[in-house]
Amino acid sequence: MPRRTMIEAIRDAMDVMMSRDDNVVVFGEDVGYFGGVFRASQGLQAKYGTSRCFDTPISELGIVGIAVGMAAYGLKPCVEIQFADYMYPAYDQIVSEAARLRYRSNGQFTCPLVVRMPTGGGIFGGQTHSQSPEALFTHVCGIKTVVPSNPRDAKGLLISAIEDPDPVIFLEPKRLYNGPFDGHHDRPVTPWSKHDLANVDDGHFAIPLGSAAIRRPGEAVTILAYGTMVHVAETAATEAGIDAEIIDLRSLLPLDLDTIEASVKKTGRCVIVHEATLTSGFGAELCALVQTRCFYHLEAPIARVAGWDTPYPHAQEWDYFPGPARVSRALIETLEA
Amino acid sequence: MIPQDAAAPSAEYPPLRLHVPEPAVRPGGTPDFSNIRIPRAGQVNRPDVDVDAETIRDLAFSVIRVLNRDGEAVGPWAGALSDTELLEGLRHMMTLRAFDARMQMAQRQGKTSFYMQHMGEEAVSCAFRRALNPGDMNFPTYRQAGLLIAGGYSLVEMACQIYSNTHDPLKGRQLPVMYSSREHGFFTISGNLATQYIQAVGWAMASAIKNDTKIAVAWIGDGATAESDFHAALVFASTYRAPVVLNIVNNQWAISTFQGIARGGSGTFAARGLGFGIPALRVDGNDYLAVHAVAKWACERARRNLGPTLIEHVTYRVGAHSTSDDPAGYRPKTESEAWPLGDPVIRLKNHLIVRGAWSEERHKQAEAEILDSVISAQKEAESYGTLHSDQRPSARDMFEGVFADMPPHLRRQRQEAGV
Repeated sequence: MPRRTMIEAIRDAMDVMMSRDDNVVVFGEDVGYFGGVFRASQGLQAKYGTSRCFDTPISELGIVGIAVGMAAYGLKPCVEIQFADYMYPAYDQIVSEAARLRYRSNGQFTCPLVVRMPTGGGIFGGQTHSQSPEALFTHVCGIKTVVPSNPRDAKGLLISAIEDPDPVIFLEPKRLYNGPFDGHHDRPVTPWSKHDLANVDDGHFAIPLGSAAIRRPGEAVTILAYGTMVHVAETAATEAGIDAEIIDLRSLLPLDLDTIEASVKKTGRCVIVHEATLTSGFGAELCALVQTRCFYHLEAPIARVAGWDTPYPHAQEWDYFPGPARVSRALIETLEA
Repeated sequence: MIPQDAAAPSAEYPPLRLHVPEPAVRPGGTPDFSNIRIPRAGQVNRPDVDVDAETIRDLAFSVIRVLNRDGEAVGPWAGALSDTELLEGLRHMMTLRAFDARMQMAQRQGKTSFYMQHMGEEAVSCAFRRALNPGDMNFPTYRQAGLLIAGGYSLVEMACQIYSNTHDPLKGRQLPVMYSSREHGFFTISGNLATQYIQAVGWAMASAIKNDTKIAVAWIGDGATAESDFHAALVFASTYRAPVVLNIVNNQWAISTFQGIARGGSGTFAARGLGFGIPALRVDGNDYLAVHAVAKWACERARRNLGPTLIEHVTYRVGAHSTSDDPAGYRPKTESEAWPLGDPVIRLKNHLIVRGAWSEERHKQAEAEILDSVISAQKEAESYGTLHSDQRPSARDMFEGVFADMPPHLRRQRQEAGV
């Protein structure tokens, strides 16, 4: 089976869908001829032509706005916002339009649209190349929010997202584009070629939205994570010597609550990890759901490890990023509670 | 805190002062439209549809008009419509006006929460609709219901939407007048201003991508041109030469704000198109024949893949902004009477009389017939319920259609709601 980086897997997903469905179109800033600043659409314009894959003016609201109109016509746009940090000008089109077309028109108009956005920190991206805005999407009814953590999931989930009849926000942790990252910034990065989850099948395969994956089975505590934090959590559990069950949520909405509930009822303990800032982050929703569903099984308070409630700094990257040391500490405290 | 030296006078420059545009007249004053330059009917030339935008810059600063003071159709933009078509157009405008009056009253009677009327702007949407082909898609604002009426949409369904009753095609989910009818080429209306303008461009691009022959029509008011979506729409329409007609309905007012606030120093709204290389025309929005002729011209350009056209419809919002608004608080009560472009219904009526196709008697008779048909549609709609009656869409409908398939969390919430 071929090993692929996350970028290659994402490109392959778009390639597969463009070849299967003439209605799939791909566009965004620098996405066409150049193939994207992260190379995610490399070769697609040459293969499918400029009417299927093209460059746009620098206008996020324009990119999503035309995509909504195209989706209403019957196309399936898979568009790119260069960094999730720059999605805010498009937020009105996402929240007020894409998310509501089906509901407000009683199904006369629908919006089968995917908005891809590189997300997350750990790359010295500073304030506007590091943000994790997923909670700003999960709070919006009518859209789905997906965050893959490895090449195989990235391809299978992106194919599901493109096939989905509703709008999907597809957040790609750019720190994971070329290799898994566990938060040990002082060690050399291993490429995806050394990782089993980089075995990505050729052709079409789909991973359903709303299904979590248990990355590491365990008995002592449940860790809920997604994106880069899945790899950080795996390393933290190993270093702390704790038999943690690590759940990679993969899709935040719809959420695989059954898998979460079964795990926490088994372990009796839960640690939630995300890069995004703490207050009103998606972890708060996870915390509330676990507390409501598993209250009588909980043996310790639910812990959250998250980015601090500050803008993402530059020089203090590793003081900000929730690395394995912070996650280990939370695991130990939760077990000792 | 303002730094102390900020107020220090400069020997070289006088202090700067903020310019805030003001309308010429406020309540209590005498309406004055003397600053609006209106050319005589028939004066503006009619270029070929493949014209270069650069060569018709003057059309963005003039007003295309067909009907003159005597009710005659004159000039190069005249002559496209038959008596039958014009009589039908008159009927559409009269129907919209009668429907507005009834729904306005229904809101006052508590049968619905809200309404927005079209008084004075009937020609814009009714005449434009006639230039479209089946399959073309409008991206309207909340003040183009004439597109529906002229497109043959049922008045009963319109009223049911306004009443949010059991027959409401939108299941009670939407505020009154936020219609949607894919079948009638009428895109779902959003409360968020200007969003549809850029979506229209995307729809048009999709039609071009699929080598289709359908075109899109975008609609926006004067005030909403200040929204970012307006500018994005012009950029994308220009870049991709999208088959779209970009309409601006300049009715002089954005709720209480006069059009000068949105227009600033640009002279006209049409002039905004020139900077994007988009041919831009201004048209007398109260002249059914002129609106139709300009619409045909712009649609023809789009259909021939010659790219977008921007049209500013110069008109006047005679009524209140909505049923929640009282214009007496910000403009003279008699301003609409002083509006130099008159009333679109009366002007078309007079033209048809001049043509010998109509008479005062037939007009009165038609008014009575139209009122009857509107009342009958209203009664039928009311038989399915009004906003506060027991006949309303079920609470179960509230949970449907958020997604194609209901996700587990919504199922749980629906159960919790007991529906």
